[in-house]
Amino acid sequence: MDFNDTPDEAAFRAEARAWLEKNARPRTSMTPTISGEDLTPEIVKQSQAWQKKKAEAGWACITWPKEYGGRGATPIQNAIWGQEQANFETPPDVFSIGIGMCGPTILTHGTPEQKQRWIPKLITGEEIWCQLFSEPSAGSDLAGLRTSAVKQGDEWVVNGQKIWTSGAQICEWGILVVRTDAAVAKHAGLTFFVVNMHSPGIEIRPITQINRGQGFNEVFFSDVRIPDDQRISGVGNGWAVSITTLMNERMSIGSGMGVGAIEDLVGFMDELEIDGRPASEDRQVRERIAEFVVKARGLKYTSLRTLSALSQGKTPGPEASMSKLVGAVLQQHAASFAMEMAGTSSALRGEAAPAAAAWQERYLSLPGLRIAGGTDEILRNIIAERVLGLPPDARADKGLAFKDVPTGPPKA
Amino acid sequence: MNFDFSDEQKLLQQTARDYLAEHSPLSTCREILESDQPYAAALWKGAAEMGWQGAVIPEEFGGAGFGHLELAMIAYEVGRALAPIPFGPSVFVATEAILRHGSAAQKSAWLPKLASGSAIGTFALTEKPGQNAAEAITASVKDGKLSGLKSPVADGDVASLAIVAAKENGATGLYLVDLAGAGIERKPLESFDPSRSQATIRFDGARCEPLAGADAAAIARLLDRAAVLTAFEQIGGADRALEITRAFIVGRYAFGKPIAANQAIKHRMADLWCEIEIARSNAYYAAWALANDDAELSVAACLARIAAADAFEKTTIEMIEFHGGVGYTWEYDCHLFYRRAKQLAGLLGTPKYWKNLLIDRLSIQKNAIQKNATKKGAEKAA
Repeated sequence: MDFNDTPDEAAFRAEARAWLEKNARPRTSMTPTISGEDLTPEIVKQSQAWQKKKAEAGWACITWPKEYGGRGATPIQNAIWGQEQANFETPPDVFSIGIGMCGPTILTHGTPEQKQRWIPKLITGEEIWCQLFSEPSAGSDLAGLRTSAVKQGDEWVVNGQKIWTSGAQICEWGILVVRTDAAVAKHAGLTFFVVNMHSPGIEIRPITQINRGQGFNEVFFSDVRIPDDQRISGVGNGWAVSITTLMNERMSIGSGMGVGAIEDLVGFMDELEIDGRPASEDRQVRERIAEFVVKARGLKYTSLRTLSALSQGKTPGPEASMSKLVGAVLQQHAASFAMEMAGTSSALRGEAAPAAAAWQERYLSLPGLRIAGGTDEILRNIIAERVLGLPPDARADKGLAFKDVPTGPPKA
Repeated sequence: MNFDFSDEQKLLQQTARDYLAEHSPLSTCREILESDQPYAAALWKGAAEMGWQGAVIPEEFGGAGFGHLELAMIAYEVGRALAPIPFGPSVFVATEAILRHGSAAQKSAWLPKLASGSAIGTFALTEKPGQNAAEAITASVKDGKLSGLKSPVADGDVASLAIVAAKENGATGLYLVDLAGAGIERKPLESFDPSRSQATIRFDGARCEPLAGADAAAIARLLDRAAVLTAFEQIGGADRALEITRAFIVGRYAFGKPIAANQAIKHRMADLWCEIEIARSNAYYAAWALANDDAELSVAACLARIAAADAFEKTTIEMIEFHGGVGYTWEYDCHLFYRRAKQLAGLLGTPKYWKNLLIDRLSIQKNAIQKNATKKGAEKAA
């Protein structure tokens, strides 16, 4: 066990830091920027420019293969890069879905031609990607999705609706899972595609969230045609491909939980008073913050353990679900607590409540993170069933052809 | 960077697990719990033959000369087995105190005996119920003689030497006391976890020797080291409790299906698993800091201690609940874990103590970073 860099790792870190020092400003606040919200053209431009700069210097998607424009770096090197980049101010990231989920899925399941076609432009930031999975009636039960694709010659014709699609309005490409056979059991009838978001028949409508952000969209498909060479993996193999995306999604959401921000609570309590005394002298306040920090640090060290497993050639298992489950609940509780510490002034928002503003923003955005990429309840099922080997839930749709699965209460 | 134990360390752990499976099944813990014996003497002797008590004692003093990562693995297995032996107080505290602060003569006199298991060490800090500050210690030393009452002292009835916190000329320090000497009166006390014994020790002009440099700060550091090793013991216990509970809820049928198929149970099992993993990750980090004597130990020890005590206790509470009525019987083993979790949580200061300490230490780190930044800024301006 060794927490220190090896000489090679230290050299890599120095190289990364030197490049960042030349190309970015040091970070002044630990409070993370929430990505994917309010994507003005200006923000998109900044984000693309930063991605291009990194790609040209070999610092974009560094674990991806060299032949597609990556660096062929190890997971440990990637973590070092992440640690170093976190010390610098960088533009909001519009590539988190493309790089965190779409890219890894194509690299795992795509053909060499498909990789060559999409991965290089993903790395350079020329093309932005989104994920078209959830539907109004298929969230936790994702495999119950109904958007259909029917083969016509060398093309597939897609009809239906997707929802909760982050950044759809600025994307070139999306990964899409649809039903290609309703006569077989639900998981067996799915197929995975890449769709051009400018295709005729696609309509995008923004959704306003509880924090007034418009990160999400509804995406409607009316006779949208997708060439068969944009199919990823075999017809009917869409579920297996989707699982790759989802595992990457949970890892990428979980690792971005802003663990450092939790420790800001230690400084935050110095600024506030309780009954005329500094809040930092209140034992209950101290103990609550200690409990938050213990969890946050535990998550941080868990991600390092995962990294060690990766570098030993092991694949991270369903344990990745833990970081999102624990992290999202932790952040929500911490934000609630910070607002409580701010006292009655937590009734104000934004500029009017400077002390608690960042925590309020988090309090309003966290319910979304507890749902995105698998709800708490789905993640607990995954841990219980895959890690602890407990029995699966009874499923009323088991063994039924998809078309025969009940979709609502029986008609009177 | 490598954040895992080595293959050699894992092999040592497996050897310990195999040995304890044979020599310390849960019936051994129960035997001590139900009898008047204070600890499992044969197991204590066997453990010494395996080299566990002397794990971090150098070979020149009869130890195995391993490092603290190896000892952490052993502590984990001792915890998994609920081994009814005075391991923590003797190995994590008394032995560490002598290794770090003992003179050459003190080391030669005690380390070989501690390594061979012929001596049992303990730590006498507490004097009365409640959360007591180190300044509140009333035991006192004058002219090499110790007086005062310590209660409870874990294994105080069977220990052959005690490391005692006392004041001399107003300054707190640690003193080594041979409990076979004169001026010592001990009385076994009824224990909340009778698989581990407790006693009160009255010192009345007992001969004692100071441990060099063991001031209040050194005592805190000693507690940090013991807390990390205890965290491994607690995580071992938590893992075992979760495994036993898992087997039970899968085998127990109600309403025509295993009770484990109910989300009300499986989701709480998932939460417990997360709690234990968080504790394990914190403990790994702390073990690294301990083994490398890194400055991070002061924060890492608090993290490991708080998380492990909490995970063990929560797991044993749910263990009884998920077993239903039988979990509440004397016959089932659930209460062995339930008692041990609470006993270990109170040893070396409760979670409340460690949480406050964590905030103190994080504030110190934060202020140091700010001060450093201001200084750098000033230098730049100049």
